[in-house]
Amino acid sequence: MRRTGPVALVFHTLVTVFMLAPLVIVCLVAFTPENTLSIPWGTYSLRWFKGVFEHSDLMQSFWNSLAVATAAATLAVALAIPAGIAIARHEFRGRQALNGLLLSPLIVPHLVLGVAMLRLFALFGARGSSLWLTLAHVVVITPYALRLVVAALAGLDRSAEQAALSLGASHATVFRRITLPLMLPGITGGWMLAFINSFDEVTMSIFITSPQTVTLPVRMYMIATESIDPMMAAVSALLVALTAVAMFVLDRLYGLDKILVGQQH
Amino acid sequence: MSNTTNASSRWTPFALSAPALGLFALMVLLPLALTALLSFQQYDQDRGVQSGFTLAPYALVLGDSYYYEIFLRTGWVAALTTLVCVLVGAPEAYILSRMQRPWRSIFLLVILAPLLVSVVVRAFGWSLLLGPNGVVNQLFELLGVGRVRMLYTPTAVVVALVHVMLPFMVIPVWTSLQKLDPMVENAALSLNASRWTVMRRIVLPQVTPGLLSGSLIVFGLSASALAIPGLLGGRRLKMVATLIYDEYLHELNWPLGAAIALALLVINLVVMLSYNAVLEGAYAKRMGRS
Repeated sequence: MRRTGPVALVFHTLVTVFMLAPLVIVCLVAFTPENTLSIPWGTYSLRWFKGVFEHSDLMQSFWNSLAVATAAATLAVALAIPAGIAIARHEFRGRQALNGLLLSPLIVPHLVLGVAMLRLFALFGARGSSLWLTLAHVVVITPYALRLVVAALAGLDRSAEQAALSLGASHATVFRRITLPLMLPGITGGWMLAFINSFDEVTMSIFITSPQTVTLPVRMYMIATESIDPMMAAVSALLVALTAVAMFVLDRLYGLDKILVGQQH
Repeated sequence: MSNTTNASSRWTPFALSAPALGLFALMVLLPLALTALLSFQQYDQDRGVQSGFTLAPYALVLGDSYYYEIFLRTGWVAALTTLVCVLVGAPEAYILSRMQRPWRSIFLLVILAPLLVSVVVRAFGWSLLLGPNGVVNQLFELLGVGRVRMLYTPTAVVVALVHVMLPFMVIPVWTSLQKLDPMVENAALSLNASRWTVMRRIVLPQVTPGLLSGSLIVFGLSASALAIPGLLGGRRLKMVATLIYDEYLHELNWPLGAAIALALLVINLVVMLSYNAVLEGAYAKRMGRS
């Protein structure tokens, strides 16, 4: 393979710096001892991290996000497994339409989904309900779970299932003892990707959360539009750290490049 | 499955997908239909949304140059973001695909990982970098350029949008480059083709579908992004997304907001469908030629 030329190397370095700069700056500023957004030189302080944990609104939003993302990712996977089996293993009328509908949240802007659900919730009197907020999140993250489930099924060798069936195992047993365990890496990867996307979702949530159900990204958005102090940097740094841990786990579990590149197709 | 002849298994796929289908009918199709209905209703400042049928919200959007300007601004910001993503993302994907083993996957992760970090965090990071006393302005002073106002201008919005969208361009281009056998390039070079000819005649045709589908995603996501223009564009630099946000949550004129949201959705879908048509046309032409 040809070596990378000097021009390409400079270009690549600039792109890398560009991609990392906003994340690095946030983590640096989080350690400032000052009251202003500045990069600390020499003296560091954890006061803003302490501030985050003492900020009851932020902490409440963090727990809201954690609960919504956990429930929504679990529900999304629970829906995506049977739907994925139908799409990957059955020929039926409307299969393409079903697939298109279940992937549509990737094409319909979250903004439009947000205002549409706001209308629905207003008519149902569901504004402020965590359950409906969770269901809305299930909708936007199901595509991620579905893709990984379908990919897991497509890459699955069916001879083990056929062997079990020919030896008299029931369909339920085959599914429980063979198909499901073989799909497990895809399911776990799908759950985590769904969890992260729910946890980070802001554009739709901004319309359908109420003061009691505000999720962390929405709370951060609201804080950032009003006043900016280094505490925002501290929350952001904590989120970057959490994401890094999640990425590490995902990479060990499934191969991160496979998940991220697989997102597109 | 091949054993789908008896009646019970004919219904299996429908039973399997029923829960997901039910949820999507309730939470995607119904709300979109309700929003479409809402956009044809009259809004009264004192009495709220009125029943009946009217084209007033659409007439207002089409007739007022204020809205026209916002749509135009959103269009060019999204188009510029797409162009920059093509110019940066495509070469970067090509460089990545030619790297040696460990570095290739490491840097692919570096480029793609920001996808998993909340967009609010990234917008906040850019507001730190591009602020009046930010790192970029300090760099400009060192270089003798002097301070430049970037925050709350279209520049800041485009820069941050490019940061958010670049992975969506790198991924499809990378995927189409994976299908390119490096031996083909080497063969062309050994037959005395220049680097430029190899790029134009071999690499570019190979990545064109990836570039097109990447542009489609980037344009669609940029045109409807809310958090980036909200945080980096400020109050004065309105885009379609922040306009919809204000109509719904500040002005409370839901019918007008619904009309604008639907217009955004339709424009998005039209752009995607026409892109798809172009893509298929290009494929048909290539098939016909070879």
